[in-house]
Amino acid sequence: MSVIAPIIAIVVLGLVVWFVGQPLRSRVAEEDDLREEGRIADLQAARDAKYRQIRDLEMDYRTSKLSEEEWRSLDRELRAEAVEVLHELDQLLPPDQRDVAAPDPPAAPLAADPR
Amino acid sequence: MATVGHACLIFGLGCSLYGVVASLVGARTGREALVRSGRRSLYALFGLAVIAFVITEFAFLTSDFHYTVVATHSSTTTPWYYRLAAMWSSQQGSLMLWLTLLAGWSSLCIVMLRGRLRDVAPYAVAVLLGFGAFFTALMLFSASPFETVPVAPPEGVGLNPLLRHPSMMIHPIMLYSGYTLFTIPFAFAIGALIVRRVDAEWLRATRVYALGAWLALGTGIILGARWSYVELGWGGYWAWDPVENAALLPWLTGTAFLHSVKIQERRGMMKIWNASLVLATGVLAILGTFLVRSGVLDSIHAFVEEGNLIAWAFTALVVTMIAGSVYLVITRRGNALKSESRLDSLLSRESAFLGNNLVLVAITFVVLWGTFFPLISEALTGQKEAVGPPWFDQYTVPLVLILVLLSGIGPVIAWRRTSWSQLWRSMRLPAIIALLVAAGCVAFRPGNGDTAPLIMFVVGAFAISTSVQELWRGTRARQAMTGEGPFAAFRLLLARNRARYGGFIVHIGVAALFIGIAASSSFQSVSDVRLGVGEQATVGGYTFNYVKPIAQIETVGGRLERITLGSQVRVSKDGSFVGNLYPNRGYYPAMGSTLGAVSTYFAGESVSEIGLKAGLTKDLWTAETPDISSLMPVVRRGDAVFAKAAGQGLNPEARSLFLAAALNGLTTRYRNDPPPAQFRIIVSPIVFWIWLGAIIVFIGGVIAAWPSVGAVRDRVRARQAARVAQDLGRAQRA
Repeated sequence: MSVIAPIIAIVVLGLVVWFVGQPLRSRVAEEDDLREEGRIADLQAARDAKYRQIRDLEMDYRTSKLSEEEWRSLDRELRAEAVEVLHELDQLLPPDQRDVAAPDPPAAPLAADPR
Repeated sequence: MATVGHACLIFGLGCSLYGVVASLVGARTGREALVRSGRRSLYALFGLAVIAFVITEFAFLTSDFHYTVVATHSSTTTPWYYRLAAMWSSQQGSLMLWLTLLAGWSSLCIVMLRGRLRDVAPYAVAVLLGFGAFFTALMLFSASPFETVPVAPPEGVGLNPLLRHPSMMIHPIMLYSGYTLFTIPFAFAIGALIVRRVDAEWLRATRVYALGAWLALGTGIILGARWSYVELGWGGYWAWDPVENAALLPWLTGTAFLHSVKIQERRGMMKIWNASLVLATGVLAILGTFLVRSGVLDSIHAFVEEGNLIAWAFTALVVTMIAGSVYLVITRRGNALKSESRLDSLLSRESAFLGNNLVLVAITFVVLWGTFFPLISEALTGQKEAVGPPWFDQYTVPLVLILVLLSGIGPVIAWRRTSWSQLWRSMRLPAIIALLVAAGCVAFRPGNGDTAPLIMFVVGAFAISTSVQELWRGTRARQAMTGEGPFAAFRLLLARNRARYGGFIVHIGVAALFIGIAASSSFQSVSDVRLGVGEQATVGGYTFNYVKPIAQIETVGGRLERITLGSQVRVSKDGSFVGNLYPNRGYYPAMGSTLGAVSTYFAGESVSEIGLKAGLTKDLWTAETPDISSLMPVVRRGDAVFAKAAGQGLNPEARSLFLAAALNGLTTRYRNDPPPAQFRIIVSPIVFWIWLGAIIVFIGGVIAAWPSVGAVRDRVRARQAARVAQDLGRAQRA
């Protein structure tokens, strides 16, 4: 036992050093523009938040917390804000990754999709 | 294996320190290889912690008393499942649990990020590894679970009998999961502030951990309350004990954060507030661990043997965290933390959330002040003085009433703004229900004239009604929109709006819980009586009759675990039988005692096991303290006989047999001629609501925390994108 324990400890140490040091031995592409990547992620988060707000606003209207007039007014504001975010996102993203894709208006009206 | 465990701790410390440096240098210089290596240090720390954890648990399970921690916290008479839990009753084991959970949750978070937040994550990893290094160093230099002795004692001291309760197997894991999970948003907040990217992305990435922490900590708090109610023998579930408060503090600020984070996600507002809240929650989580492990404040929960170095180390860590947090918030309060929009109207959900935040922070401040008052008073006057439950109640009760009221108002107000007429339409039915409850309280005047519990019934009824109404309206709206059946509509309503409707379910649970607390603490009947066999007492309209004594010896693996003395108490109401209660007290032997052979079995810890009949409307609770003074002359005579026999060369087997006969004789004597016993009898209304409310909170919390299915989210995103695109197209055409 007195010999086995140090051997196990050395094996564990070897594994740890190998595992932790592995990225240092392999060639990893260096990140050159984390700032832009961060801005894209922020805009994507903002876009998702706007979508969620639009959805929740409709739920507020459907559950009688808002009048139709209030809902339409707020909905317009939110959509305008979402459009701004999408515009900015489009300028940063390459064309193949852009989110706004559906040129045809959806057949069903907004109220038909409660999500 | 202790050598391997010790080596794992040393490697863990090295790994953590290396990871901190690698992550920071990698982040500053943009060297991705270093960042990845730092991240791997975290995973390696988790692996090493797991190995060390398993070695320690194995030692407990096999009662390997070469390990000092096992010998001092377990015994062969401790049941195997409590032996597993005995690990975290010790200083060493609990630090090990902390480290393992920290490394595990942190690794999970970093893996789940899947490459997102690449600028923030290295700093977060550095902070998390910093915590890892701290706890590993504490174990290595102050409380190592791998300290061994060359010759193992034949028997261990045993697990503190108070901790031999099923909830104690899970309670510490839940609390520590809560504490460690709260360090994740803390670490990411630090990272986000350093890189000045305090937008919604880091909140979104870490919210699930904040919610998980809140849920785990809440579960731990409730399990602790339940343990206190059924194990401590005083009949209460909350005593404003420092360690209870320590768990409550981060839970309160975490609750505030989970609400206010919604405002930032939606409106880009309250960035300073949210950053401060999440940083405060992280600090309070470490403070919670500090209070349990340092012994700086007297507590029934502070299971500490050697406190000084640990107290100083924790103090240094907490001070560093506070100083760093304050520095970052102050230096980033300009552009990075500037609000993107303003409050549209006071009549909005944002305002309700803001109100809720202010109340929660006020409660936090009260609890913090009361908890640390002994230290404050000692610093100012030289005298350590504590404030008691009445002091806490004086401030927290009104604040909690406002909080429950706000939890009723919040769900019926729309985001951004609403009108008074619309608000009244939404609140009309809940307000009517609350008024009816108020009328009932006035008509029946329950209790002793205290108005606070009655107000709690009213605001609680209001809060429950609004949340139930919202669930009902949401289901109806969904039915109207999709034509689904009511059950499908309800299920999908929850599934697709988890945070919103999970939150409403939490509100229902919280209101039920506070109604239970208000009723049980204000309208309970308590009586301390001394009863002989055949005698009875009437408490809260119930008659408690001491029918017969119970005395027995309980063994595990052929060894005596404890001697139990108790009673059968028959409960009746108006002559009708209600049930039997069996309160008792377990006497555990004092291990390694130099006392006499028989008296050693009464010299260890003694723990009350209550007799409880719990119901929907009332709990009948009893605890008994048997009078063993009449047994003591016999015990002393037995000691003398065994001492004399030992002098005459009594062999160990014969000694064991005679001892067993003597203890049997004692229990028989107690059964045949029981002296009057002291009873505490409590009749409490609707305590059940507390546990039921907690279960509802748990269910709501799980619903809210459950991650969305990625595919569904992506599909929804695409549809919403299409709609916005449609609007965009219209705008361009216009």
